[in-house]
Amino acid sequence: MVQFLIRRIFWAFFLFFVATIITYIIFFVIPSDPAKIACGTHCTPEIIAHVRKSLHLDLPIYQQYWIFLWNLLRHGSLGYSFANGASVDSIIKQDAPVTASLVFGGAIFWLSLSIPIGILSALRPRSVLDRGAMLFVLVGISAPAVWIGLILAYLVGFKLGWTPIAGYCNLIPGSGVASCSGPAQWAYHLILPWLTFMFLFAALYVRLIRANVMETMSEDYVRTARAKGAGSSRVLFQHVLRNSMLPVVTILGMDIGLALGGAVFTETVFNLRGLGQELISAAGRDDLPVVVGVVVFATVAVIIFNFIVDVAYAWLDPRIRLTT
Amino acid sequence: MAILDVTDLTTRFRTDDGIVKAVSGVSFSLDKGKTLGVVGESGSGKSVTFLTLMGLVDKRHAEVSGSVIFDGDEILGLSSSRLRNIRGKRIGMIFQDPMTSLNPVKKIGWQLEEAVMLHNDVTKDEARRRAIEILKEVEIPKADTRVDDYPHQFSGGMRQRVMIAMALINNPEVLIADEPTTALDVTTQAQILRLMTKLQQDHEMAIVMITHDLGVVAELADDVLVMYGGRVVEEAVVDDLFAKPEMPYTWGLLGSLPRLHVTSERLEQIPGQPPSLLHPPRGCAFNPRCAYAFDRCREELPELRAGAVGVDHRFRCHLADEDRARIWEAKKATLEREGSAA
Repeated sequence: MVQFLIRRIFWAFFLFFVATIITYIIFFVIPSDPAKIACGTHCTPEIIAHVRKSLHLDLPIYQQYWIFLWNLLRHGSLGYSFANGASVDSIIKQDAPVTASLVFGGAIFWLSLSIPIGILSALRPRSVLDRGAMLFVLVGISAPAVWIGLILAYLVGFKLGWTPIAGYCNLIPGSGVASCSGPAQWAYHLILPWLTFMFLFAALYVRLIRANVMETMSEDYVRTARAKGAGSSRVLFQHVLRNSMLPVVTILGMDIGLALGGAVFTETVFNLRGLGQELISAAGRDDLPVVVGVVVFATVAVIIFNFIVDVAYAWLDPRIRLTT
Repeated sequence: MAILDVTDLTTRFRTDDGIVKAVSGVSFSLDKGKTLGVVGESGSGKSVTFLTLMGLVDKRHAEVSGSVIFDGDEILGLSSSRLRNIRGKRIGMIFQDPMTSLNPVKKIGWQLEEAVMLHNDVTKDEARRRAIEILKEVEIPKADTRVDDYPHQFSGGMRQRVMIAMALINNPEVLIADEPTTALDVTTQAQILRLMTKLQQDHEMAIVMITHDLGVVAELADDVLVMYGGRVVEEAVVDDLFAKPEMPYTWGLLGSLPRLHVTSERLEQIPGQPPSLLHPPRGCAFNPRCAYAFDRCREELPELRAGAVGVDHRFRCHLADEDRARIWEAKKATLEREGSAA
């Protein structure tokens, strides 16, 4: 177990370095002048040169990277935005709850749809339900997030007027910059983004769950359970489900980790000020510290969720406990 | 007195390629406390026959007909809830591969307790006590601690003991063992067979031993069914079958048995492949591989009939009695000559 943890931590650091170094290199390769953008419209070349110096943009790339690392390790700070001098820590602290609300709520939505449908289509392959589910899967996989989001906002939000078209409310009053707050408002504003997530991911998960349940149903131990006299619901809940959920847990952990790094399209469509939107606007104004900050957060999220997957796996499958 | 009486059992599977005639008109009866050996190659329909009578074939794809009388009652076509009261309680079943036949994420104890609690109104504690008791009975050392282990912590032989324990935990009248020793090494095979014989006497149950191993049949069985292409091709009391097999497929099976005192370099083999059950050959299913086949064999399916020996020894073959007697004598002589030459 100790060895497993050490290996995990080593990999986490390695991933962290790779992700941040690549971000720096990409920024260095792009022809741009962040100093000019940071300075504003009425800038003399002297002021630009001064800004460049104060942002350390005159230093070679490895020194810039070193300064970033030093600030992070020594002061625990992700630096300050080139554009407005705001601390990246506080930007992320502000945006992360928005993205987290979107992703976790979305995950609950897509799982609560795809688990029952996936199981039912596995139990009745080629039935009407199964074929309908497959059609839904095809549409969900083919349709882009932006399109689904816009259609939902237009139909449900604008035409029917059932939900807000866009915007965000804080879950806990006073915890963020949004003007409204409270769990009811929070959920009310997030319903459409959650539904968008549901359409996007449920499709993939229905397929995944269907395939895994069907495979598990044909296992020898399922036949053993039936030969013991277990009924079909008992066979499903006690013998099939836990075994067929193993691969689903893996994919779920990866998807949640990735989505936390920025659900760019969904956030843009519904004007949610989350990490995805922050990343896009920061990239647009060459705001390297903010981009790196989001990358660091996403990397850590992926690493943490991979770790959670491993723990969940060991809990679900006793065969893994021995080898870790 | 027969505990299990099967008449004209037929199982057909609908597939995308056509209808697979897995089992065709199989009849037999099993007496209380006796052992029936069912022999045949892979795909001969021996496993499907017993999965069918247990109601374990997929109803959506299978067409089943015939009759299965268990202890005086028809059980074929029984509703699944009625059938569940028989499965695991009055008829136990064990399978070929103990490595995959136990649920990998549940403790051994849990799986045994489940078998008890499905059929008896007992508390969890009583079920657990029963689980430990039966593990001791199948000779698993340190049963009271091993009951909390997972299947992957057991060896193959130990897992098969657990499977046997699970099948016997409710004292069934019939145990169907589908190639219980095939996946095990030879010394473990012998232990498992000895254990089964002992338990059969203790529990006074009838056993169906499905196997492709004639050695197992010779050791355990009272009666034998030889199956080929989904049909019974020969049935007899075990001694009769080994003393005077009546049809070419059985001769082939006996000829391909390894014998310790024989030095001939190769084992005899039956040429060709088992028949396709999707497109079975016309006439006798064995005719494409049979060295003695003649025109009639390619046209007409031989009936299951009794020969000169007696009514209990029946077989499917068009060859005349004197021809079969002559061919078998010659074959037996060759087998014995090889034996004495060693």
